[in-house]
Order: sequence, then C-alpha cells, then structure tokens
Amino acid sequence: MAAVSRPVTHAASLTSTGGSVVRVQTIVNGQAVAAEVEPRTLLVHFLREVLGLTGTHIGCDTSHCGACTVHLDGKPVKSCTVLAVQATGREVRTVEGLEVGGKLSPVQEAFVAEHGLQCGFCTSGMMMTATALLKKNPNPSEDEIRDAIRGNLCRCTGYVNIVKAIRLAGQKMQSAAETRGGPA
Amino acid sequence: MSAEAPHVKGGLGQSILRKEDARFIRGKGNYVDDVKLPGMLYLDITRSPYAHAKITAIRTDKALKVPGVLAVITGKDLEAAGLAWMPTLMSDKQMVLPTDTVMYQAQEVAAVVADSRYAAADGAALIEVDYEPLPVVTNPFKALEPGAPVIRTDRKEQSNHIWHWETGDRSGTDEALAGSAVRVAQDLYIPRIHVSSMETCGCVADMDPVSGRLTIWMTTQAPHAIRTVFALVAGLPEQNIRIISPDIGGGFGGKVPVYPGYVIAAVASIKTGHPVKWIEDRSENLQADSFARDYHIHAEVAATPDGHVTALKVKTLADHGYTDAAANPSKFPAGLFHIITGSYPFAKAFVEVDAAYTNKPPGGIAYRCSFRVTEAVYTIERMMDILAHRLKMDPAELRLKNFIPPEAFPFKSVLGWTYDSGNYAGALRKAMEIIDYAGLRREQAEKRAKGELMGIGISSFTEIVGAGPSQTFDILGIKMFDSAEVRIHPTGKVIARFGTKSQGQGHETTYAQILAEELGIPADDIRVEEGDTDTAPYGLGTYASRSTPVAGAAASMAARKIREKGKKIAAHLLEVSPDDVEWKDYAFRVKGVPTKSKTMQEVAFAAYTNHPQGVEAGLEATDYYDPPNLTFPFGSYICVVDIDKDTGQVKVRRFVAVDDCGTIINPMIVDGQIHGGLTMGFAPALLEEIQYDEAGNIQGGSFMDYLVPTAVETPHWETAKTVTPSPHHPIGAKGVGESATVGAPPAIVNAVVDALQPYGVEHIDIPIHPWKVWQIIQGGPKKP
Repeated sequence: MAAVSRPVTHAASLTSTGGSVVRVQTIVNGQAVAAEVEPRTLLVHFLREVLGLTGTHIGCDTSHCGACTVHLDGKPVKSCTVLAVQATGREVRTVEGLEVGGKLSPVQEAFVAEHGLQCGFCTSGMMMTATALLKKNPNPSEDEIRDAIRGNLCRCTGYVNIVKAIRLAGQKMQSAAETRGGPA
Repeated sequence: MSAEAPHVKGGLGQSILRKEDARFIRGKGNYVDDVKLPGMLYLDITRSPYAHAKITAIRTDKALKVPGVLAVITGKDLEAAGLAWMPTLMSDKQMVLPTDTVMYQAQEVAAVVADSRYAAADGAALIEVDYEPLPVVTNPFKALEPGAPVIRTDRKEQSNHIWHWETGDRSGTDEALAGSAVRVAQDLYIPRIHVSSMETCGCVADMDPVSGRLTIWMTTQAPHAIRTVFALVAGLPEQNIRIISPDIGGGFGGKVPVYPGYVIAAVASIKTGHPVKWIEDRSENLQADSFARDYHIHAEVAATPDGHVTALKVKTLADHGYTDAAANPSKFPAGLFHIITGSYPFAKAFVEVDAAYTNKPPGGIAYRCSFRVTEAVYTIERMMDILAHRLKMDPAELRLKNFIPPEAFPFKSVLGWTYDSGNYAGALRKAMEIIDYAGLRREQAEKRAKGELMGIGISSFTEIVGAGPSQTFDILGIKMFDSAEVRIHPTGKVIARFGTKSQGQGHETTYAQILAEELGIPADDIRVEEGDTDTAPYGLGTYASRSTPVAGAAASMAARKIREKGKKIAAHLLEVSPDDVEWKDYAFRVKGVPTKSKTMQEVAFAAYTNHPQGVEAGLEATDYYDPPNLTFPFGSYICVVDIDKDTGQVKVRRFVAVDDCGTIINPMIVDGQIHGGLTMGFAPALLEEIQYDEAGNIQGGSFMDYLVPTAVETPHWETAKTVTPSPHHPIGAKGVGESATVGAPPAIVNAVVDALQPYGVEHIDIPIHPWKVWQIIQGGPKKP
C-alpha cells in the first residue's frame, strides 16, 4: 500500500486539508444554518454530511432517480444537482421538516396508510415531490400524479400505492382546508 | 360474524400497517451510507476503461499528492496478503484487484483512501494506469469457437467453456420429438439486465486494532453467510467478525454476492486502523455489480395434433462474464432452470446448459427471482403461445387443456420436482373472468378488421421458491435452512430475531403477524430484528422468496416450541395435568372446560415469577427450519396491449394478475409485493437491457440509458388472488416477493406478438423497443 504520512482531518468530512472554502448561509427546515465548505460541495452532501440530515438519499449520479429531492424556496429540486452555496439566502426543506410539532404531514400519513413505500429509499424524495405537487394542485388525477413523480424512481412499489397515497393526501388536505374554512 | 370469531390483533390475514414505516417516512431509516463513525475515512475506486487489457504500470504519485488522500491500494498490495483473488459463491474465483490483467470494462483497478469523499474521488481520478489492450470477446458463441482468445488464462483448462449441466432424458425426449405430429422450435434471448435497487452497494468496515474485531455495516441480503465467507477468505476468526446489515434500500438479488469493494474497504480499515466507508455510484453499480439473465435459449416443444404437449427440449448458452459469480445453490449451476416444464405435465423433457466466459462483468444473479426461474417461465410460456399459434388454437384453451389438474398434487414433474399444491385452471379462469377475456377477443377481432393492433397475452406460471431442503440445497456447503429465535419477556412482550434480512419486504410486520397468530400476542407487542450477526441466529438470508417459506416457518415452529413449554406452565397455574391442557383460540385451555384458561401473557409472567418445579425458567425457543420441500406459488396473468402503428409504441392498456401464494399473511403487503414484481417484469419486457459493443464498452452504464420504468410508463396493475395453501408449510404460506417478476414478461410479450399476428410474427426478443415493432410493421402484413 502506497501511503502518505499526514494527519487525518474531519472538519466536515467533505472538506480536505487545504483548498478554498465558501460560506453557506441558509435556512433548513426553519433553522438558520451556516458552514464553510468547498465551493463544489453539492447540496445533498451538505445536508447529509455537514448537517447530518440523512433522510435525503443519493440513488444515482445523473439526476434521474429523485431520491435526493428537497424543496428550495418551496420548489422541488434534486439536491445532487444544486451546489450548497446556491442555497445561501434561501430556504431548504427536507423530509425531516415534513413533520411539524410532532404531527405528521398528510403526505407522510397517506404513504403509510396506502403502503406507498417498501424499502424506504426513494420515499423521502417521493414525498417531497408529492408535497410540492399537492401545493400546486390539491386534487390531481392519476395521470397528473404519475407525470409529477416521473423524476422519482421507485424499484419496489410499482407506483400503484404511491399514486393512491398522493391522492389520499390531497383529499385529506382539501377536507382539512374546508373544515378550517368553515361555513361561508 | 368476524366480531365473534376468535382472533388476535395483527394475526394472519390482516392488512395491518407496517411497523418499519414510522422511521422511513420521517427520514430516520439507517442505511449504510448514513453510518458515520469517528475517524472514518472514505474509499473510492479507479476502474478500467478497457474490457480486456494487460496492466503494465500503475502510478500513484499524483493521487497521493491530493490533499486528504492517505493511501492507495493496488492488486500488488493485496497479492502480498493473499487477497488479490477471492472465491465466488459458485466456487470460481474473482479478482479483488488485478495484479496484471483486467477482464471487463469498469473492473476495479486501484483504490484510494482519503479523509473525505471528495478527496477520495479526486485521488481515484489521478491514478495513472498503462494498459496494453488484449482481444475482446463479448459474444458467448464466439467465445466458445476454436481459436477464440482465452480470457481466463489463470485456469488449467485453456478455454472459455466453464461448465456443462444437463438433466432429463435426452434420448427419450429426442424420440418423442422425432415421432411427434406437431413440433415447434424457437430461439429466445433473455438479455443482460440489472436489478438497480435504488440504494447502490456499499459498506463501512471498522477494524478495531486493539480487539482485532472487524465490524462491517454492509448492504447484504445474507449477513451470516457473508460473515463465514469473510472468515474463510480473510482467515479472520469468525467470532471477531460482525456483519451488520442495516436498512437496505432494495436488494432483488444484487446484494447477495461479495463485491471487491467490500473486501478492499475491509483491507483499508485493517491497514489504516480507521473505519473506512465505500459507497459505489450508480454508474459503478450498473457497470460492475452482478448482472442477471443473459441466457441464449433454444427450445423445442412436441404436441399431439389436438394440442396436448408431450415433450420439451431446451439447449441454453449462459453468458457469465469473466467469472461465474452467480448465486445459485451449489448443486445447481443453472439454478432451478429445470422448473421449465412449468404448469404442464410433459411426459418427456431434457434440458442442457453450457456456460461461457466473456469480457463482461460477472454475475448471473436473480433480478427478483428464484435462481433462473424467470428464464424457465419465460421459455415455457412463450413456447405455449407459439404452439397455440401453430395449432391455430386460443392460447387460453391450449393452457386449460394441458394444465396439471388440482387432483394431481403433489405432482412429480418429469425433471424431478415435487410441486406441493396448485389449481392452475382456477387462477386462469379467474383472470379471464375479471378481464372479460371473451369480450376482449371480440373487440380484438373488430379492431383487426379495421387494421388496428390490439393484443392479448397470457402467462400461467409456476414458481419454485423457498430454498431449500438440506439434502439438495447448500451454498458453499452451508445448508439452506433458516432460523428464528423467539423470546417472550415477563410482561408478555416479544423480541424475535431471524437469519434473514428484509430489503423492503416488510419482515418486521409479517413475521410479527405469524408470531401473533401462533402465540396469541398482538403484533404490536412483537419486535422483530434481523441483520446483526452478533445477535440474530444463523440463517442464509433473504433472496429467492425464501423468507416466508423458510424463516417464516421457523417462526411458527419456534412459537410452537414455546407453546409446548407454556402448556406445562399453564397446567401448573390451572392446577391440572399438562395432558389436560390444549392450545386453542389463542389461549391455553383445559380440555372440555374452555373457559378455564390462561393467556400466553399470563404464562409468560409465570415463566419468570412462578415456574413449576422441573421446568426451566424463562420462555423462549429457537428453530432452525429445514424445509421438507420447496414451495410452488403460481398464477395467471392476462395483459392487453394496444400498438401505435405509426410509432411502434406498445401501450399496456390492462394487466390483470391473479396470484396464488398460499396462505396470505398480510394482504396489503402481498399486493405491494405483486405491484413491484409486475413492474420488474414489465421493465425487461419493454425497456431494460445492458448491451456491449464488440470492444466490450457497456451501452447501458447509467440511468441515462438504462431505462428503469418511471410512473409514467408503468401500467396500472390490477391484482386478485386464489388461495391454495402449501401442505408442508406450517401456516400454508408459499412466498410472494418475486412471482410477478417471474410471471409478467411472457404475458406482455405474448400480448405484443398476438397484436402483431397480421404480420406473421411468432416471436420478438425482449426488450421490445418501439423500433423493433415499427420495423415489423414496415415489413407489411403477411397473408395467412
């Protein structure tokens, strides 16, 4: 084994000794965070390795699988294709931010109720895409759901129950909104 | 009615929600890449751009100058430790890192260890390797021609032929074929595909230099077998190896083999004294990890003029890449391919398989099936349709005429399997009724008259899962039993541990349901653990749909052992003789006086607080279950396709799947397994393939061009069930994770070929891309 004698550093597990760094200042799941990282650091690595938010997964290297989907200013993005510095001054929401005040989101509840997940690896990204869809279109058709999640691959479920879960979540969100709205 | 019937919360047949979901929907799963240890280093791998080449030099100086890079490992380093090669599960051998030659594109050449993921990748990119290209063979037929360049010059046999395997009656089958009035033959190629579980493979290897203990968090479907393999290969004492298979993001067979990266990471940890993480990229996963299929099949079927099948002959060439790294039971190099007589009582059959080396990555793993059963089912179900076409007979009628009848079970197939139970006509008739088969045929006739292309395809498959009985089934000599260890705590709560490892199948839920049913304890009170070799009993792992048939049976048997002991404790509490106590309706009851009873929870408490003299305290049992036979799930699928004549695009309009997996543990989970399986049957039928060009360059090496189906292409699946319990399984269950992957491809292909009948087509090799269909349509209709 060819080896060099050098102290092992673990500042952020992404950044090696030397090299330039940039400061990332962003809001993740409502919390202000700041860290210095290599300029090339991907948002997904920043979330997973610097902030320890490992619910966002990496399933490919070509931006196809969508396992890394998070929200950037409310819009779903593939965090493997966004630099961490691009999140500066913006708001990031990850799967860990779906449950608020100990209450699961309607999408989380519906994925369990409809058996919309098996191995769980695509689930975080799938739920982030679903959440963004329902915000835009609370009552999507099956075709609209399938189209919305086309950038999120799942190998286990065959998508049938994911589609059902997203419809159920939409219905729940609508009836909750109606209840809140009360009689006209 | 059901309110009155005795039941236990979360017992058999209930669609309870999954226990594992709570962590996954919160992003709190614990996959291998989520493991982070103090002082952990990262490993990245430099791979070969050539499919076959001599390595003349490896220069590491530039890589070692990268800030953060600590070490480079090459084949020469491993050779010094006797680890440059490792055995495969099929007793072939595989390079961990090459010392002088690479044999496929993307083969591991050197490994870089660094203090960050990015530095490791930078270092791997700066390893300089000098190659002298060698002649490349990617076609297995050419590999076996005289004068073909020999790939494995390390072997005594200077040839690319690996093995020949055959079973059945060659001369009897030949005679039957020769004397037959009706005879159909077809070449079928089932191309290379890749499981592409959403999580790639990886590990964190952590050698503690003080204790000499090696812990590996690893994406493995078979942690116990891996521990033994590591002990044997690396010469480490087995008690000092701990394999932890944490949450696994899909396996489908791709996480059974031992890949070089795991071994290199372990070596790197031993050498550096730090934990080392290796996580492969998707492209590495697709290009280097085990492939599935790659069978070149020639099949012949003989039948009587009125359509009774009589003989089947199959000759196959298996392309294994540069080493046979399949994951089959030792005695079956072609897996269970000889289930190929399928759902039909052939009187004569003969199967032979030859295996060849080529300059492609090794493998031959399952892709969500039990040891080559998909190849078998595809062959027989395609051949039945070709026969129906030749006889001008409806394919449903041909199948109904030939099915093994329900009263013939247990049925001994001509190639030696004993099918446990089945009702094939029942499943097909149910599917025909749900989809309105007669109505579809009428619609098709009308559309054909108008020149529109609509097709209907059937597949009536028989699976073979649950390996397996110890007299015939082992992997590297380890018998294919599996295990359950069940312990009831004083308060009546349970922890149960298994030798299997879920990769999404929901074992934490379904095993709890089996135990709930057997113990009368609600499933919510039962905690299931798998995947840690320090705590779980030894088992061969989860693949080939074996968890429910084998470990699920072990759960039942362990629970029944507990009931036997519990009877003695209950008798003590009830002040009667143990002979007067029976387990009935989820409680220990005095025979004839069922109201006089003790629950399992009461007995558990007594087992720790008031156990009778002569009975050991505590309440637990372990079972190593050696199944008496395999299980044979079955089903009938009907697919309806419409084809766009202008583009050749195939649209699956409907797909009805009637499955029979015996006793159903959790209907919701069973349906989920079938949905996923159908999608992994649909994928190779229409989309997925890994091709190589003549220089051995991979053509499907990333998700850019390896077409895993999205929600848009995937059809809306319709499912239904029949229930024919297995007579030999303690609860009658058969296993269901893979049936649909196995059964679906021929239904889809049969439908496409049926749609293209006006063009005189009898077969199209998968995947059926639009251009294949478009070319056929361009050829114009054929006069009948």
